[in-house]
Amino acid sequence: MANMEYNVPSERWPAHPETATLEGKNKFIGFWTFLAGETALFASLFATYLALKDSVPSDDHLLAADLFHLELAFVMTMFLLTSSLTSVYAVYHMRNNNFSKMQLWLGVTVLLGLGFLALEIYEFIEYTHLGHTFRSSAFGSAFYFLIGTHGFHVCIGLVWITLLILRNAKRGLSVYTAAKVNTAALYWHFIDVVWVFIFTIVYLLGVM
Amino acid sequence: MKNRWMNAKWIGLLSVLMVFLSGCGKNHLSTLKPAGEVGQEQFNLMLLSIIIMILVILVVVVLFTFALTKSRRSKVGEEFEPKDIAGNHTLEVIWTSIPILLLIILAIPTIYFTFKQADTQAMETEDGELNGEEVIVNVTAHQYWWEFEYPNQEVVTSQELVVPTDTKVYFNLQGADVKHSFWVPAAGGKMDTNIDGINSFYLVFDDDKAQDSNRLFYGKCAELCGPSHALMDFKVEALPQEEYEQWLADMQAVEEPAQASTEDAAEGQEIFNNSCIGCHAVTPQGAGAQGPNLANFGDRDLIAGYLEHDKENLVDWISDPESLKPGNKMTGAYDLSEEEIDKVAEYLMELNVEEGSGDVSTLKENAEESSEEESSEEGGN
Amino acid sequence: MASATTKRSVGSVIWDYMTTVDHKKIAILYLIAGGFFFALGGIEAMLIRIQLAVPNSDFLSAGLFNEVITMHGTTMIFLAAMPLLFAFMNATVPLQIGARDVAFPFLNSLGVWLFIFGGIFLNLSWFMGGAPDAGWTSYASLSINSPGHGIDFYAVGLQIAGAGTLISGINFVTTIISMRAPGMTYMRMPLMTWTTLVASVLIVFAFPPLTVGIFLLTFDRMFGSSFFLVETGGNTIIWEHLFWIFGHPEVYILILPAFGIFSEIFATFARKRLFGYSAMVFATVLIGFFGFMVWAHHMFTVGLGPTANAIFAVATMAIAVPTGIKIFNWIFTIWGGSIEFTTPMLYALAFIPSFVMGGVTGIMQAAAPADYQYHDSYFIVAHFHYVIVGGVVFALLAGLHYYWPLMFSTMLSEKLGKITFVLFVAGFHVTFLIQHFLGLWGMPRRVFTYLDGQGYNTANLISTVGAIMMAVAVIILLINIIITVAKNEKVGRDPWGDGRTLEWSLPLPVPHYNFAQTPLIRGLDAYWIEKKENGGKMMPAESLEDFHMPNGSIIPFILSFGLFVAGFGALHFASGKDWAIDAVADLPNHPWALPVLIAGLAIVFISMGVRSWKDDLGHYVKKEEVLKDLEEQERGAK
Repeated sequence: MANMEYNVPSERWPAHPETATLEGKNKFIGFWTFLAGETALFASLFATYLALKDSVPSDDHLLAADLFHLELAFVMTMFLLTSSLTSVYAVYHMRNNNFSKMQLWLGVTVLLGLGFLALEIYEFIEYTHLGHTFRSSAFGSAFYFLIGTHGFHVCIGLVWITLLILRNAKRGLSVYTAAKVNTAALYWHFIDVVWVFIFTIVYLLGVM
Repeated sequence: MKNRWMNAKWIGLLSVLMVFLSGCGKNHLSTLKPAGEVGQEQFNLMLLSIIIMILVILVVVVLFTFALTKSRRSKVGEEFEPKDIAGNHTLEVIWTSIPILLLIILAIPTIYFTFKQADTQAMETEDGELNGEEVIVNVTAHQYWWEFEYPNQEVVTSQELVVPTDTKVYFNLQGADVKHSFWVPAAGGKMDTNIDGINSFYLVFDDDKAQDSNRLFYGKCAELCGPSHALMDFKVEALPQEEYEQWLADMQAVEEPAQASTEDAAEGQEIFNNSCIGCHAVTPQGAGAQGPNLANFGDRDLIAGYLEHDKENLVDWISDPESLKPGNKMTGAYDLSEEEIDKVAEYLMELNVEEGSGDVSTLKENAEESSEEESSEEGGN
Repeated sequence: MASATTKRSVGSVIWDYMTTVDHKKIAILYLIAGGFFFALGGIEAMLIRIQLAVPNSDFLSAGLFNEVITMHGTTMIFLAAMPLLFAFMNATVPLQIGARDVAFPFLNSLGVWLFIFGGIFLNLSWFMGGAPDAGWTSYASLSINSPGHGIDFYAVGLQIAGAGTLISGINFVTTIISMRAPGMTYMRMPLMTWTTLVASVLIVFAFPPLTVGIFLLTFDRMFGSSFFLVETGGNTIIWEHLFWIFGHPEVYILILPAFGIFSEIFATFARKRLFGYSAMVFATVLIGFFGFMVWAHHMFTVGLGPTANAIFAVATMAIAVPTGIKIFNWIFTIWGGSIEFTTPMLYALAFIPSFVMGGVTGIMQAAAPADYQYHDSYFIVAHFHYVIVGGVVFALLAGLHYYWPLMFSTMLSEKLGKITFVLFVAGFHVTFLIQHFLGLWGMPRRVFTYLDGQGYNTANLISTVGAIMMAVAVIILLINIIITVAKNEKVGRDPWGDGRTLEWSLPLPVPHYNFAQTPLIRGLDAYWIEKKENGGKMMPAESLEDFHMPNGSIIPFILSFGLFVAGFGALHFASGKDWAIDAVADLPNHPWALPVLIAGLAIVFISMGVRSWKDDLGHYVKKEEVLKDLEEQERGAK
């Protein structure tokens, strides 16, 4: 606590730079706590979705089985899963004090995330054309709220990681920035895990 | 001097006790004066839990008082240094296990009655039809009035529920606009009238208990439903089986709106038919209307659910419903002059269902007919 | 130090508090704002009791009454009880665990400002077209039907304040896990710290369901979705579940820190170690755990079916066991002790029988069929006031007197404190005991009036008299505070004389860095041990060196203000739109709503961006400064 030296020379670069300082450790614990809260948030969203699934006012509304295409959802899943992997690479290089490779893999992560987001927007536009909107039925509301909240998290994650890449570009790697990168990566993994549940509960169960 | 003070103390104490002990409430609306099986079971459960809880309170208060009096600093002295005790295993086990035992004693009847009182299977016959043999009432709660439909007899009324005594009365409960809760405290606990689906439960009204409260029980809305939530009262008339059937038959016999007898009332009827009939039916049929059914309005005990039943109150009510039941849906739905209102009131006060006009024997026939009709429709499909 | 503060201008003091990240100053912010809202909620309570003093009263109109009860409940729970508890958590927890500040000082500041802006937003409804009127539970069918913007103020205001609470919860969890001084193991933490930890974990899991529930309500009312609109497939029961999945743990979020405060007070003023410490910790955790499994006991009459009702009934009964453990352990803490009847101790002693009464009526309600009778009647009103006033508010009043010297280095008058105590406790029982009977006699809750001749008159009048006594008690408390502040008679270290835990080992006023040297903790009741064995001097765990402290920041204030602005945009977004629900479709259309919403959110996101872009590495407190302070304290002591 007493000594705050962030720019650790490479020979003393710790194995876990992200928790080498008290701030880093706090960030780590605090962010896990935050993710616990996020879990409760998404659990509530899933419960709401399951309660309102296929709950439409009249027969001319499309239901889950008519709407969802597993192919698209699968491609989206692949994008996001891969991006999770690339963020692991970034953290790996961060721990090895390899700044440029860390930046590179963070960049790849952002690109994959953007791909996912583009597909999601395409999907939403498709559904809107089919009359399945946020306002068309309770099913629509619940669907867009769940998937939309996840999508919003993806957006936040992308902006966050992009900002990190930009600010790191000037400052380089230190135990101070390492904690930031690690937190962002944790967040990105969480988004990925949530998507796995969405894929299973919304899409797989939806078409069955 | 001392004596007088003692007297005052005793009088004070007695008057406090009086408030509590005399206070079992009124026969027609207290949960402590159960009027039938359901209320009685719930009351017994209350008694059981109260006994257990008084036991707990006594133990706590005795220990607490003892600890308090013997450990005052003024008693033990400023210099006394209490011994630090980390805890006591035996004690911990005792005050963990005894509460568990007490709770088990409470939990068993709780579970039993939870299931017993939720048993409404008798409402349907084995093939899923409405059971014509049972007393069934469909309750629809509106802001701020109640509609009661007797589906087996196809009779609709509002604000005053009529039930037979000494038999289970089954209710289907639903809210029309927002959530309300159907509560007849003397007869038993409440159940919500959701807007998402139908809830069912039953109540029983004992005949002797009904007599004790002049055959009239109070019902209330127990869920906040808007400004006039407090005024959303209704009455329950608990009649012996024959009288109940006679009432149903009388209601069924009304096929045409009652004809006005005086000139004023006749004019009132005309005004009513122009301005009011869109929401208010005057024959006891047609569930799901905008406003309360008024077919037997003249026979009722209350106006707007809570005012004394006289013409003056009725005129006040029609003139300015907002001042009597804020937020009601009737305000501003019509534009009548004072004179017109007076005539409408005249007419409404005349809306009686003639006692004994109906033939009870047709009740059974109708019930059979209707169930046959339904089954033939089923077959036709 | 002291002479320097008196010279500072009012403006610089205000700026200091707007930008502070010091947990001790944030505690004062929570105390002032929470106290203000407590007074507001108290005035609303008095309006309710005046209206109900006599039958057929027309003191308040029906609609206004519903607004008053809604705001009374919402204000007291979200804007008074929780922030006041946060005040004491902030004032004590970092000191109890031997930390120089919380884990996230910036977030701590953000939490308090979000709460303050959320609270102001909610209360602005009074002046901007009417307050929410669907009860603090805001059940969906009624809240969707409620015309005007009242419910929108409720939704947005609570969303903002709730975000603050969540942030504070995360902060405390991290602080307690990560910032403990050497030797402060989990099983040496004072009960106040333990209960704060468990309550914070509950916040982390309980507030997100509320967030989701409020979002559903917000979207339905302001953005045209149909979660609760039955005609388009919605379901209103979802709200009830989400609300109570939050609402029941919320009760424990309130009561656990209250238990913590009482545990400290019992041990201190009985001069005796807390009896059964490990059992108390275990019971706290168990209560927190059970707290999540019982929410449907608020919904016994909703029609969930007998199986659900039976399960939740039994689960609810189970909570009585750990609560009972606590009560008995407190009794045995004072048993054989040396009890000093200070004001805080009086509240603690009055708490035991009062809370037990509230607890046992809770068990009575767990018996589902009997609850069909109690539910939504005055019995319930009596029950939860017994728990929340007899438990939480007693704890707040006790904590106020107990921790006042720690926060302000002065003592509240014991004499006035005891007058407040007698009036408040007597008034409390007069107000609420009789309400049990009103409920059993068939009086539903949330009624704006009752008719003559139903046997409710006397009991309601008694209840109102009790409420007046409580109001007088609070006024005397205010006088006490004003006198104490005006006199400003400073006290020194360990002002109660019997302090046991680490916070009392500090000099008063507590230096801004709390501990000159991080102390070494050698057991439960760390300060007491050193009093007995080391002449009351804590052993340092580090040598005296420069150390690092966080910088103040105005960003939390600006960020919270951004949400406040965005709230007004959201509020008017649906007004007059053709897709809007009936309740707001007739209101005038405001084209500025969307730009305001976007501008508000822009302030929020820019603030976040600035915060994360700019490095804020804090500053160092120099060894010399600390040494000077220590010398000054030495001189003061002599």
